[in-house]
Amino acid sequence: MKNHVSLIVNGRRVEMEVEPRLHLADFLREHLHLTATHLGCEHGVCGACTVLADGKPIRACIALAVSLDGAEIRTLEGLQGDPLMETLKDAFHEKHGLQCGFCTPGMLVSAWDLLRRRRDLDERAVRVAMSGNLCRCTGYQGIVRSIMAAATRAGSAKESA
Amino acid sequence: MKPAPFAYARPKSLGEAVALLGQSGARALAGGQSLVPLLNLRLAPVERLVDLGAVAELRAVRDGGGTILYGAMTAHAAFEDGEVPDASNGLMPFVASQFAFRAVRNRGTIGGALALADPAADWLTAAVVLEARLHLIGAAGRRIVEAEEFVLGPYFTALGEGELIEAVEVPKRAASERWGHAKVAMKVGEYAESMAVGLIDRKSDRARLVLGAADGAPILFPEIAQRALGGATSDELRHAARQALVAAGRDFTPAKLAMHTTNLLRAIAQAAAA
Repeated sequence: MKNHVSLIVNGRRVEMEVEPRLHLADFLREHLHLTATHLGCEHGVCGACTVLADGKPIRACIALAVSLDGAEIRTLEGLQGDPLMETLKDAFHEKHGLQCGFCTPGMLVSAWDLLRRRRDLDERAVRVAMSGNLCRCTGYQGIVRSIMAAATRAGSAKESA
Repeated sequence: MKPAPFAYARPKSLGEAVALLGQSGARALAGGQSLVPLLNLRLAPVERLVDLGAVAELRAVRDGGGTILYGAMTAHAAFEDGEVPDASNGLMPFVASQFAFRAVRNRGTIGGALALADPAADWLTAAVVLEARLHLIGAAGRRIVEAEEFVLGPYFTALGEGELIEAVEVPKRAASERWGHAKVAMKVGEYAESMAVGLIDRKSDRARLVLGAADGAPILFPEIAQRALGGATSDELRHAARQALVAAGRDFTPAKLAMHTTNLLRAIAQAAAA
């Protein structure tokens, strides 16, 4: 049995009949071919599938597509050209914020939200806030440095940082 | 992994939701931050899912004079960000900021966490210490259950067949009351190994102390709380807390016993010092 779902994805209205068991990440990847959203663990642990729903980060692998009926979804593709996202991407490039890149979309989306919400970031706060995004390559040093660099440029870091 | 197929309904009103939950094999979906992982892992077989996400009544937050009623579908992040009024002198916003991860707190709800009743769920301990009352609704009508009586065991609550939590009513705590919170988790965002919350109000001579992540319902320690209020030394409290923990009959391992004792002491000491 299929259910109707109506979403706005990266500014475009999408109407589709989907199985209720389809989670948002598979909906984005398999039905809309938006493959920046990665699937790691598929049970809400690794954070690779983090996307924005109504402006707030959520884990796309543990949100049913039908549950998000009416929501506005933004994936990493939809943040292309966004000034804050470009600042983050530059910083990830400069400070070696990635190796294999699998966790990077989730890292970028989570960090984007963090930099928008907070104006008091230091290294510890970044580590705590990013603890829900797992990286198996970098040991996190480069990721934290990248986010701190972007936070300083975006005015989200503590003045002393 | 992907969930096994299930039927799905997304009611728009509370009445409709209650009717749907009365059908056999129906299960309520709140924020889904525990249930959907279980569906993905095929650990929770569900025939029909009743998604409460579109029921506006469950998101309402009302000031009831001496209490605040939080709709069951209020997200953790709404507490964390102060989007909803606080009845607890900052305890609820703090608790909401201290578990899981932001992406989970944006979708997870207070009612869903309470209904699941994972022993380590932070809201369970908070609801008991704050003397919250849970407003339940089902086919037979509405009833109110004290948080203390709501949890019967691990993942086992007073909720009847087809019943759901409509709202969580929290009494406005006295402004003179202070709280302390202590928690041990293996890593940031992980479920707690142990947690304790203490309240001390010197003006009214009232104190409460609750242990969570205690392999079952949260445990109240009224005597320890009173003795802390009365100025007992930390050695006296430690001894009494350990004895009370053993008397609780939960068969804690020695390591857990030490951890719980320490957390109880930290929570009540923090409340006493604040």
